Amino acid sequence: MTGETILTRNFARSDSHTLRAYVETGGYQAWAKAQAMEPAAIVEEVKAANLRGLGGAGFPTGIKWSFIPKNHAGPVYLVINADEGEPGTFKDRYLLERDPHALVEGMLIAARAIRSATAYVYVRGEYVEPWRRFSAAVAEAYAAQHLGRGFDIVVHRGAGAYICGEETGLISSLEGKKGWPKLKPPFPAIKGAFGAPTIVNNVETICHVPHIITRGAAWFAALGTKTQGGTRMYSVSGRVARPGVYEAPVGITLRQLIYERAGGVTGNGRLKAVVPGGSSAAILTADEIDVTMDVDGLKNAGTMAGSAGVIVMDETVSIPEALMVVARFYAHESCGQCTPCRESTGWIYKMTRRIVEGRGRKDDLDTILDVAKRGAGTTICAFYDGAVGPYISYIEKFRGEFEALIPHA
Amino acid sequence: MSETDGAPSTSNRTPAAHAGLSDPATTVFSAAQLTEVRRLQSLYPDPRGALLPVLYMAQETFGWISLEVEEYVAGLFSLSPAHVHEVVTFYTLYFRERPGRHVVSVCHNLSCHLAGAPGIIAHLKRRLGVDPGETTEDGRVTLLSVECLCACEAAPMMQVDDRYELNLTPTTVDRILEGLA
Ligand SMILES: Cc1cc2nc3c(=O)[nH]c(=O)nc-3n(C[C@H](O)[C@H](O)[C@H](O)COP(=O)(O)O)c2cc1C
Ligand code: SF4
Ligand code: FES
Repeated sequence: MTGETILTRNFARSDSHTLRAYVETGGYQAWAKAQAMEPAAIVEEVKAANLRGLGGAGFPTGIKWSFIPKNHAGPVYLVINADEGEPGTFKDRYLLERDPHALVEGMLIAARAIRSATAYVYVRGEYVEPWRRFSAAVAEAYAAQHLGRGFDIVVHRGAGAYICGEETGLISSLEGKKGWPKLKPPFPAIKGAFGAPTIVNNVETICHVPHIITRGAAWFAALGTKTQGGTRMYSVSGRVARPGVYEAPVGITLRQLIYERAGGVTGNGRLKAVVPGGSSAAILTADEIDVTMDVDGLKNAGTMAGSAGVIVMDETVSIPEALMVVARFYAHESCGQCTPCRESTGWIYKMTRRIVEGRGRKDDLDTILDVAKRGAGTTICAFYDGAVGPYISYIEKFRGEFEALIPHA
Repeated sequence: MSETDGAPSTSNRTPAAHAGLSDPATTVFSAAQLTEVRRLQSLYPDPRGALLPVLYMAQETFGWISLEVEEYVAGLFSLSPAHVHEVVTFYTLYFRERPGRHVVSVCHNLSCHLAGAPGIIAHLKRRLGVDPGETTEDGRVTLLSVECLCACEAAPMMQVDDRYELNLTPTTVDRILEGLA
């Protein structure tokens, strides 16, 4: 199941980030075609392609676009989420560095579809080189007059905060505030950046759009499963022979990805567990990897496709230690707005740490599970649910390993 | 603070001076920078969208974001210093004390952890004689231990100023440290 690559097809070229290389390989032809299409027709095409958001939530892109109020008089914003921060994920970094014009062209088309004249690209602050590459591409696109004739792109740098990847946190940050997520509804499509209707899309999602326009929704849909079209870029890291970004049709299985693409398991060579969709996805055991890597396949397996960041652990990895590292992350990144999230992430980190250090108490595991289950679904944003997924799954699936560390458990 | 909003055209008047700050002479943008501030502000329907970019400019210019810098920037936006303080303290990339000439941020998240980040951090602590969060006595390096920098395919890794340094070993870490003046 190697299949055709779409998003990564030019990555091997050393000049793949330049306008020249992009145009040579068919770039900006989709934009030419889209200019002759009605906005509503573009939305319909993307809907029919079954493109699902690739930033984490997996929401159907065309449907999201159709939520922009019809005949809205004021401005509408397109916001690109390039705040990549989900542990285990690095695909957007590759796209920004190696094919930035694909994002520019996708944005031109998306902006036409939602009738937006201004877009903001929110790049995580640490991504200095990706930001430079993308900004250079934007400058080239202005010089070539793709931009500046009714559509402008502003490149905006974040300043270090995972929560700004959450779309409403991102909007707060873009507005010059701390990155506190906002209660939904209203959804950004109704009231988003600066109070205006706003579509937030992930980098990779938008990079697919030119191909859908050029080759058609039916072609794109057929690459994937019944409910999700296309390919996506899987970031594979941890204990594998060839960590890296692999583009594959979304129907690829986790087993194929690990063994056929990433070269199999290293360490002691025997698989213990896999995080399939960035650290916020529930962990899978070695017997659970015959699952397709599309949004619904992983949902049915009790976890999520998330950002498609795959982290592989062999038998020598300590799951309690892995959970401690993950719990430290959530404790550090909670924005502090909601009590369950602010308090539990801190306490659960302390408890996992004391378990790993051999100072755990008999009730600690049940306390963590109880606290995690009670807080899930009660918070302003999905950050806390993303922490609860690992807390519960690591402990429930590897309970014996935790108990072995607790004196007199 | 609205008087400071129409920023001065020369750098000898200090918008922060009337706020009673201790050393305003060190906390002023040049005329060119003030033009850049206004350009950035014009890119957003509400000028305060430019707050993060302008704070980056301030950090580059003044070295770090002191309370005085916060007040100065607040003046440029007609915002309260409290708002700017709230923003500055929310994000990890604004320094609230002067960092070393180089900032070394080692990733300690899961993929890097699996690839030996704890050993890399221990090595850096030994070599630099500081703990994460501290700066070497000679002011050369600030060491930080940070969350996923999203280069997990090349773990363990760290960021040195603007650059990502990938697939670290103690030997490559030493070579990188030697290159930092
Ligand atoms: C805690 C949290 C962090 C997130 N981080 C990111 C991120 O770094 N990049 C991203 O594109 N989406 C991220 N998302 C998802 C966004 O909220 C949003 O769904 C997405 O940007 C929409 O784009 P898409 O529909 O194209 O996927 C995050 C969500 C949550 C709850
Ligand atoms: S769930 Fe956590 S991160 Fe999200 S808004 Fe509440 S406190 Fe902030
Ligand atoms: S875990 Fe270190 S870069 Fe992602």
